[in-house]
Amino acid sequence: MIWRRRPKRRAGVPVWVTALAAVAVLFFALPVIGLLWRAPWSHAWAYLTEDSALTALRLSMVCSLWATLLSIIFGVPLAWLLARVQFVGRSAVRALCMMSMVLPPVVGGVALFFALGRRGIVGQYLDRWFDLRLPFTTAGVVIAQTFVAMPFLVVTVEAALRQLDTSFEDAARTLGASRWYTFRRVTLPAIGPALAAGSALAWARALGEFGATITFAGNFPGTTQTMPLAVYLALETNPEQAIVLALVMIAISFAVLVALRDRWFIRAGSESTRVQR
Amino acid sequence: MSLRAGVQLRRGTLDLSVDIEVRPGEVLALLGPNGAGKSTLLRCLAGLAAVDAGRITIDSKALDDPALAAFVEPEDRSVGFVFQNYVLFEHMTVVENVAFGLRAGGTPKAQALAIAHDWLKRVGLAELAAARPNALSGGQAQRVALVRALATSPRLLLLDEPLAALDVGTRAQVRRDLHRHLESFEGMAIVVTHDPVDAYALADRVAILDAGRIVQIGTLAEVTARPRSRYVADLVGVNLVSGDVSEGVLATSSGARVVIADAPAGPSLAIIRPHSISLVRDHPEGSSARNVWPGTVVEIDRLGARARVSIEGKLPLTAEITVAALESMQLRSGDDLYATVKATDIEVYPA
Amino acid sequence: MRTKRLFLVSFVAILVPLVASCGAASGGEAAGSGDIVVFAASSLTDAFTDLAAAFNVVNPDAKVTFNFSGSSELVTQISQGAPADVFVSADDTNMKKLAAAGEVAGDPVAIAKNTFQIIVENGNPQGITGLADLAKPGLVVVLCAETVPCGQGAAKILKNSNVTMTPKSLEDRVKGVVAKVTAGEADAGIVFATDVQAAGDKAVGVEIPTDVNVVTNYPMAVTKEAPNAALAQVFIDFVSASQGQAILAKYGFLAP
Repeated sequence: MIWRRRPKRRAGVPVWVTALAAVAVLFFALPVIGLLWRAPWSHAWAYLTEDSALTALRLSMVCSLWATLLSIIFGVPLAWLLARVQFVGRSAVRALCMMSMVLPPVVGGVALFFALGRRGIVGQYLDRWFDLRLPFTTAGVVIAQTFVAMPFLVVTVEAALRQLDTSFEDAARTLGASRWYTFRRVTLPAIGPALAAGSALAWARALGEFGATITFAGNFPGTTQTMPLAVYLALETNPEQAIVLALVMIAISFAVLVALRDRWFIRAGSESTRVQR
Repeated sequence: MSLRAGVQLRRGTLDLSVDIEVRPGEVLALLGPNGAGKSTLLRCLAGLAAVDAGRITIDSKALDDPALAAFVEPEDRSVGFVFQNYVLFEHMTVVENVAFGLRAGGTPKAQALAIAHDWLKRVGLAELAAARPNALSGGQAQRVALVRALATSPRLLLLDEPLAALDVGTRAQVRRDLHRHLESFEGMAIVVTHDPVDAYALADRVAILDAGRIVQIGTLAEVTARPRSRYVADLVGVNLVSGDVSEGVLATSSGARVVIADAPAGPSLAIIRPHSISLVRDHPEGSSARNVWPGTVVEIDRLGARARVSIEGKLPLTAEITVAALESMQLRSGDDLYATVKATDIEVYPA
Repeated sequence: MRTKRLFLVSFVAILVPLVASCGAASGGEAAGSGDIVVFAASSLTDAFTDLAAAFNVVNPDAKVTFNFSGSSELVTQISQGAPADVFVSADDTNMKKLAAAGEVAGDPVAIAKNTFQIIVENGNPQGITGLADLAKPGLVVVLCAETVPCGQGAAKILKNSNVTMTPKSLEDRVKGVVAKVTAGEADAGIVFATDVQAAGDKAVGVEIPTDVNVVTNYPMAVTKEAPNAALAQVFIDFVSASQGQAILAKYGFLAP
């Protein structure tokens, strides 16, 4: 109902809003158009199917999905804690967990060395006791990506949890649902769209991660060379291939983000349309 | 075998200190203004908040007792809660909502859904089982919220302003249905309301809560007839008259006739506010008041500058007049007089 | 990485007028005056900062501003119109690339040579004595990617000495190798001798025999679009002359 009414309202949109928005759209579209314009279309397929490109693409997909998964596993409880539990220093904890959003990624990579490197606060014990070394490994890539990506999920989910009326959870508890059952069956479905949006943001951030990855995990084809690293290095020797690889990244993230939006927002809207009649 | 609750709790400006007892099959109405602590008390009973001191027991089982460090989680309390806004789960169908408690308790899905269907049938909503909650009217949502709570067979049922969110048109019908369900409910029930009509229709006893304290507790007849404070008098000190309406007149079982402005025919409840009653020694002539009832003064209570005069007759009434009027009329117990009320001053609700 | 370059360019764009307004103090002298922007390979960072100070003593009215980055990135920036007067490459390849793009005025001048060393943590805890040790199992070795000069050099050296080993990482810039060794995350790497020296007391170099080592050239040239070509030439002459050469030598560079 609400959704159908929207076209009517469109007539009332001020011209200056449309104009400024159009400038914003152009600002984002032009660089993509620039890449498309300069792309070596005749060689595109050859560049794309090179082993090195496919390896980097596969690694990027695997690592960014792992980073997204880890972000969900640890980020959702963190968001819940920040949204629902009053504790001393909560603002400080929140700021701390958002730090990697503003930290230059390269600095983040160095900081990860000091924490998880083989001389790091924790890393030295991982090395000594478990013979576990994270730098220069695929796991290191996942950690670097998770480090920069998780805050995007936490911010989104925390906002959704804050907006969610706690009566729903209270009602579930009084109906005999445990905390976990309540979270699974009531809270999670209610924040579903936000969780999806947050995951998409985190995934996109992980996919494009460069600075922290090359600093902490290094750059080696097959183990740590993700697409952004491959694109960056190709830029120095073979800019044409770099453009093709960059376009592939854009195409993949574009497709995923559009698909997610359709799934979570448009569908939710049409559903309420149907039921309310 | 009952609910006993001693609840002491400080939250911000609220200082709650309450002792109540509800027996099985009994419905207690909790009346009071906003911020009196009604909802907080319900939350304590449900386990959604913990008491600072005191003790809550159902059937002698301690649910919350700081002295014993005992606290039973809400899901283990056998307490049903009907929230003011019903809080039906939007992402589930109506029948899934009703089955939720059973599912959470481990009942297999098919069985839980079957039981939920039975409950919906009982409240006449079987055909809406597959609908989403946002497709329901207010009255339907209220009934779903009620059976969702009842489906878990709670020992204690808590209803927070169950009728407040409804428009006047559906209210009477829902109130009647709710009364029917509460009557057949074997456990203990507490209804929070601010409306004496709801209390009259639903509850066996009422407790008046003000600023965290119970200021009066008793049957509705006791409390409305003898409010112990100015505050209670203002809140619930009204004359409730039940009877049948036909052709602009409500007839009581004792044979009294109450002329009313306009109301649909059928069993109804009339509220006559004590301050809208005038008392005169002699039968008035040429008055605009359509109701003139003879009676005898049985008791006079002074509450500050006002006095409540209890009158016996075909229609027992309590009138409220100023102390000055009382003295100028020189009223005493045993005096005969007439009570008059304009028909337009009487509120009528279908019962 | 696109954003990084954008940032650098805009940084320079902001810095140039800022610095220019600061430097326009007293009247002109015969030697040279005004501002120039020098785009130099990052391995020259310390030496050229020192050089500019010395140049400023001789030419008090001249102001030299630097943009240090990987040679190939600098080529890209200049090709995209970044305001450079002078370009100094860490290899001949990138200078040729810029010349091929028609962005170089005149012939480049060789100002220095550089050679390679094995960089290890201070104290050489792994006891590395030569290239053969780099193939030891369990040793974490990082190299430059072959897209940058230090990576090409390292690959050639390993080939010359018949050492086959798998590095843990192929860094996009020489400082990435230095950083990983000084942080203790890598045990060894192959970098320019000047980079070992620049790392100070955090790292030491292990010599590579001259018969397998690679020597790289540092060519320097005035750009085609140089806003101040005259001063640019004065600066190049200064670097090529004895005082400039002495400073470069101090940082471990070899004479051209």
